[in-house]
Formats: sequence, C-alpha cells, structure tokens
Amino acid sequence: MIPLLSVSGLSVGFGRAPQANEVVRGVSFELADGETLAIVGESGSGKSVTALSINRLVDFGGGRITAGSIKLKRADGSVLDLTAASEPQLTRIRGAEIGMIFQEPMTSLNPVLTIGTQIEESFRLHRGLTGRQATAAAKDALDRVRIPDAARRLKYTPNQLSGGMLQRVMIATALACNPRLLIADEPTTALDVTVQAQIMALLAELKRETGMSMIFITHDIGLVAGIADKIMVMQNGQAVEQGELNQILDQPRHAYTQHLLQDVPHFASGRATRLDGSREKAPAADPALKVNDLVVRFPVKSGFFGRATGAVHAVDGVDFDLMQGETLAIVGESGSGKSTTARAVLGLVRSTRGSFSVSARKAAAGQSALPIQMVFQNPYASLNPRLAIESILAEPVIATGGRVDAAARAKMATLLKRVGLPENSLERYPHEFSGGQRQRLCIARALMLNPSVVVLDEAVSALDVSVQARVLELLVDLQREYGLAYLFISHDMAVVERIAHRIAVIYAGQIVEIGDAKSVLSAPKHAYTKKLIAAVPTIDRRREHFELDTRQVPSLVRPLGFEPVPSRWEQFGADHRVRVEA
Amino acid sequence: MTYLLRRLAVFPLVLIGVSIVVFVAIRMVPGDAITAMLGTEAGLLTPAQREALAAYFGIDQPWFVQYGRWLLGLLHGNLGISSTYGKPVLDVIIERFPLTLELALLSMIIALAVGVPAGVFAATHNEKLSDLGVRVAAMIGQSTPNFVLALLIIYTLSAGFGVLPAMGEFSPLWQDPLRNLSQLILPAITLGFAFAASVTRVSRSAMLDVLSDDYVRTARSKGVSARGVIWRHALPNALIPVVTLSGIEFGYLLGGAVIVEQIYALPGLGRLVLDAILQRDYALVQGCVLFIAFNFMIVNLLVDLAYVALDPRIRLGEQ
Repeated sequence: MIPLLSVSGLSVGFGRAPQANEVVRGVSFELADGETLAIVGESGSGKSVTALSINRLVDFGGGRITAGSIKLKRADGSVLDLTAASEPQLTRIRGAEIGMIFQEPMTSLNPVLTIGTQIEESFRLHRGLTGRQATAAAKDALDRVRIPDAARRLKYTPNQLSGGMLQRVMIATALACNPRLLIADEPTTALDVTVQAQIMALLAELKRETGMSMIFITHDIGLVAGIADKIMVMQNGQAVEQGELNQILDQPRHAYTQHLLQDVPHFASGRATRLDGSREKAPAADPALKVNDLVVRFPVKSGFFGRATGAVHAVDGVDFDLMQGETLAIVGESGSGKSTTARAVLGLVRSTRGSFSVSARKAAAGQSALPIQMVFQNPYASLNPRLAIESILAEPVIATGGRVDAAARAKMATLLKRVGLPENSLERYPHEFSGGQRQRLCIARALMLNPSVVVLDEAVSALDVSVQARVLELLVDLQREYGLAYLFISHDMAVVERIAHRIAVIYAGQIVEIGDAKSVLSAPKHAYTKKLIAAVPTIDRRREHFELDTRQVPSLVRPLGFEPVPSRWEQFGADHRVRVEA
Repeated sequence: MTYLLRRLAVFPLVLIGVSIVVFVAIRMVPGDAITAMLGTEAGLLTPAQREALAAYFGIDQPWFVQYGRWLLGLLHGNLGISSTYGKPVLDVIIERFPLTLELALLSMIIALAVGVPAGVFAATHNEKLSDLGVRVAAMIGQSTPNFVLALLIIYTLSAGFGVLPAMGEFSPLWQDPLRNLSQLILPAITLGFAFAASVTRVSRSAMLDVLSDDYVRTARSKGVSARGVIWRHALPNALIPVVTLSGIEFGYLLGGAVIVEQIYALPGLGRLVLDAILQRDYALVQGCVLFIAFNFMIVNLLVDLAYVALDPRIRLGEQ
C-alpha cells in the first residue's frame, strides 16, 4: 500500500546559499490516506517551512529544497515527486489535490474580493465551472462549513465577517475541490478559544465526511490531542520524535517532547493554580487598587453633523479590588472589554464614569513613584527601536520629572540582573534581543518606578510556549520579592491558571464571574465561564467531539442613555461570586 | 450620501478662503492694471484721468470693498469682466478649459497605461536586471525637466524625420478630432513622461508590498497561476497609492502646464493665468485661481470615491 504522502530526508534552505542556511534538515515522515499528522514545534522549529515545502509555496518565500523527496500519490494512483515537479504541474495540484489553510484568517483572504468570488475561483480553476454553476458550488461549499445564510454571505467582503467565520471561509475554499490532503498551518492560533473549539470540531467533522488526510501544524501540543493520529515533534529544523498520539503524549522519549509536555503551561482545570497568597488566609488590608463601577463608552456618531446617536458600551460597570502581592486575572475573549478595562485603569482611555483608588507605596528617597505601570502584549512593537536599552529604562524616570543619576543607573543594573539579562545590555538596542528577552526588558522598564500595581496586558501571549513558562516564573518571583499586585489580562486559560490568585471572567463589558482561581476554574458556575473552560484544549481530553455553536457575541452598541440593569450576585464559597442572569 | 453632502458643504468655505488670499496677494504685487494696460503711455495720464480710470475699474476702493463687490457678483454667477479680453471672466476660462482638461486626461492615460504595467513588471522581476532597467528609466523620467523633453521631441521629429508637430490655430476635439489629437499628442507625451515615471515607482513599491501579503500566498495555495495572482489578486490591492498619486498630478495638470503650453503654442489655462498676472487682470486671476481650486477639490473628492470603489474596507465619513 503506497502512502498518500511520503517525505524523506527533506532539507530546505533560504537565501543565496541555501545549503548553508538550512532551516529544515533531513525530515522524513509518511502519511496514509485518511490519517492526521500533527507537527508540533515552536517558532523557528521549521514546522511551517516543512508544510510549505509540500505544496512548494516555500519557493515564493525565497526557500529552496536542498535535499530529499516529497512523493505524493495522485488521484489516478501515479506517484509524483513534488521536489522535481514543474510550476504548471504544481498549479494543477495546489487547491485540487493539496488544500491549505493558514494562521491569520483576517489577512489570508483578499480584502477587495467578495468571499463568493474567492470560493468560486477554486471551482473555476480546477472544475472549469463558470457563472451560475460556480456560484451554486460556492454556496454549497459555505453550507458545508456550516455558515448560516450562505447565499447572502457570498456577497460579503472579508471585512464584514468575524475571524471565526473567515477561517470557515478559508476552509470552504481549501476544501472546495475535495483535496485528499489538507495542510492546516496553526489554523486556530489567531482565534478566540471558543471559536477555536468550533473550528476544531468542524475540521474533525469534515475529515470524517470526506476521508481526507490532514497535516496539522501547531505550537500547542494540547490542541492536537483532540484531532491527531500521529505526532511529529520538531526542534531547530529536525524531527526529534514521531509516533502514535498516545505514545507521544504518555511516553515521550525525547527530552524536548518531555519539556513541551511538562514545563509548558497546559490547562489542568484548576489543579495547577498557585497555592500562595489566598485571600482566606491573609487578613483584609487596604487594597492596592480598587475599581468602582468602571464604565467606558465610545460614542457612535452619524448623520450630517456627526451627532452621537448611540454608544459602544465597551466596559459597563466593572468593580474589583486587588490586594498587595495578589494577581487578579481578567479573562475574556476578544471584544469583551478586558483590555479596555486595563487601559482605563492606567488612564490610557478616558473612563466615562467610575472611580479608582490606588495606594502608592512610599517612594524610595530621591525617586518618584508612579503607582501603576504596564507591560504590553507585543514586545517587538512596544520598545522604541531607535533607543538603547539605557534610554528605554531611563524613560519612565525622565517622564516623571526625575533625574538619571547614579541611583537610577544602579536601579537599572539591578533590574536587568533581576530579570535575567546580561550586564552589557544597557548599550544595546532592542533588535539585538529575542522576544522573551524583550519582554523581560519591558518588565524591567515597568519596575523602574517601584510601582505597586503592574498591569500585564496579554504579556506572555506573543511568546513561544517554553519562553512563556520562564517569563511566568520570573513574574511570580518578582511578585513575591517586591510585593507587586498584578492585573493580568489574558485570553489563555492555561497561563492564567499558573499565575492568578483570583480570576474575573468578563463578557460583553461586564464581569460575569469573579473569585478564587481554583474555585472558578474547577467549578465554574456561570454558563459563559463553563463554555469558555470547556473550550480550552487539554492533553487529558483526547478525541473529544466539540459541539458546533454559531452564536455571536451580542452587539455592544446601545442607544443613547441606555443603562444596564444593576447586576445581582450569587455567592458560592468564601470568595466566588457569580452574576445572576435575568 | 451624508458624507457627500458634508464634503460639498465645505467647498464654499475653502473657495472663500482661497479667494481672499489671492485677492490680497495680487494687490500686494507692485504695479496696477492701468499701467499694465497702457504701458508707457500710462505716464501721460493726468492724475485726474488716472483716478477716473481707477474709479471705472472699481480699483479705487479699499480691498475689502472691492472683495465685497466681487463676492456679491459671484453669488449672481458673475466673476467679473476681464480687463485684457473685455469679456466676462467665466467665458474666457470656459474657452480655454477644454484644451487643458483634454491635455490632462491624455497625459494621465499615457502615464497609467505605461506606468502601471512597468511597475508591475519591475515588481515581479524584483532584483533582476530587467527590474533595474525599469527603475533607472523611471529615475531618468522623473528627473528630466519637461521643457528639455519637449525640445528633444520637437528636435528629433523635425530634424530626424522632417515631421513638424501640428501648429497653427488650435482646433477643439469636437471640430476636428484628428487635427486636435495631432496637436495634443506630443504635449501629452511630454507631460505624461514624468507622470508615468512616478506611477511606475509607486506601483512597483506597492506591488512589492502586496506580493508578500498573506492572501497572495492563499491564492497560490489554491492553484492560481502566476498571472492570475498578479492581475486578479495583487494589483487591485496595490492601486490605492497609484490613485492617490494620479489624483494629485491630475489636479496640478488641470491648473495648466505653463511651459509645455508655451513651447507647443497651446492656448491653455496655464498661459491664461500667466498672462493675467502679467497684465494685472485682477478679475481674471481671481477667477482662474478660484476655478483651479474648485477643480482640485472635485478631483480630491473623486479620488476619495475611487478609494471606496477599490477597497470595500474603506468607509467614508465613519468615526
């Protein structure tokens, strides 16, 4: 029996001397009909390059296959070595026999063409359909990925659909001509966790319906537990381990696979929460940060004179307090208002209403102190590339009217050492550091002014999983050492579980559930929290079927003067409150 | 629709602003209409005669009174009488405008027809010798002054081939299309040359950006051919900066091209404005500038509407 795909000794290099710059070295694997292979690895492991070599899209990114073969069993039973195929041959194979979906559905569809046109294109190219036939086929394709109201949606352009919907459109396009192999390159990484669960469910269903094979690329080994038959783990361009799903997950042999399974945060339903600093043990002190009835609204203007006709209720009556040395995680999906809450607390957006009180610790002699500092999501974009690290660290001191004197310099040196960066970092520039190191720099910058509260807005989301684990450890250590209070904004339950003492779940601008981390994660009470937690992939749940759910988040645009009904709360346990839905 | 109304509502404000600036500016230039009209003979006028003439033209009043009168006339659709042509200003402008409009349109067509394909070609042959060739040609095109190019064209044609560009009385398009075209094609090439060079550079860099976008990779993964990727998927996304550039250039061309009109002896708007300034024909200068400003605003509006047509993500007037 010839396998559908057989890759042997594949090496891929980039640049003018591809042999010298190989990013994939000697990768071999086989894929049988109807089988799903998961390729797991961190950025730079070569997993995407391996996938892009199969349909030879790697050529367009400047890559060259330097060694090895990729043998594809074609529909007629003949075997073709794709490394030697001509471009016209490849154009007939791409889309027809090998479909592909990508990480960012928002940017992977052509913004100026309707989604109907983009789906029809596949039928035109490979089936020769035109006109009404192509339109009908496109509608069927949309129906297949369970997009309601398909006929009308064909006329939409990508900007009119949500990320989850767009990924379905991508899947519809990739599967239009029933390819026997689908390559999915991190197809859910850019999506919210509940949407991810739906896309995973859809892929599993379509695979059952069509019997296609799939190569699923991901950095999240927990995610593939639900869908893969085989796993290949890649590191630095090489396949370090491959085998059956259960074998890899239960008896990993290679040290790196063990590291991925053990050291990297995986969601454990509240079993891995922190044990220090629970509220019940500590006597109630003055909170480091107290937020009362925070409301942020953005006016919606329309008409000739641009009068406000309504408002986006981004944050609608949020209350919480945060003690010294405590982490409150605010979790929610995109558009829930979690980042707006953080920004309002910092004064980066003007709150419509509400009050804060922040208790600043006494500043050290000769230093001004700002009680709240922030660390942002993207460490690549939040450091000025033209400033040396010394200037970057001096910035908060200068901004608060301080002087960069010997004491400030000593503080820089201490902090750099504390966050684990080499001493000579001060004269260097941001581009000389890796993502994880940059985030450490951002943390050092935030600590320059001895804040009592640090707002961490998705602070580890852009980092590789193993880097994530180390930055989280650093954050916990710093918290203990300096008694910092963290407001930790995140969508990632696994990360939240590792760092939060308390969790507030936010949905459509309002907190729906708040309380002790262990209690919220292990026994969620609110329907939304339950749905959110059920959607988090874990290694424990293998081959689980998710249910398809196409409900959308309610619109946050309200008429002028709209006020939500005050929340009523139900208490569960000492520190766990849930909003009662009407 | 409300967006369009809001945009149009700003037009009068801008025009009034422009007209005040021009009104004051031209009156600050030394010399006056009477001297310009009569030349040396102006010296022979007695002060009383001069005052009488000034009163006749209405230029004895302070500038704001003159401006008020002019504005009142404008509201009645009267831009005043040109002192050099002895005709209503609007009639003089309308007589000259078709040529300028036609020349601007022809130049733009040439620029787009040459520049866009050249830019796309260079982008798809990035870093190859052919790309370098296009880039050097574009650089030369942008840096050659158009009077040099005009003279080169005339010299080559007349000395090399014995062909002379059609001279003599200008014939409008509706009277003799063929003669009209033969009169305008060389000036249009002259103006379109540098324009095409700019279009080439802008479309090349926009194409290069777009070709590395995710949706281009998606198109390739669907099995779209190289040609389909370029023309169907990439080019429409690369056109926005080209439209911006074309709009600005076209707007300038509608203001007339003084040097090229002079060299090819064409009675366009550019020469009209120049002569009006030299003659201190206040009403005519004022009218022309207002007309040019109005055209500019119309072109800008059309450019913004073109954005919407090109890119469904752009919604005008949303905050």
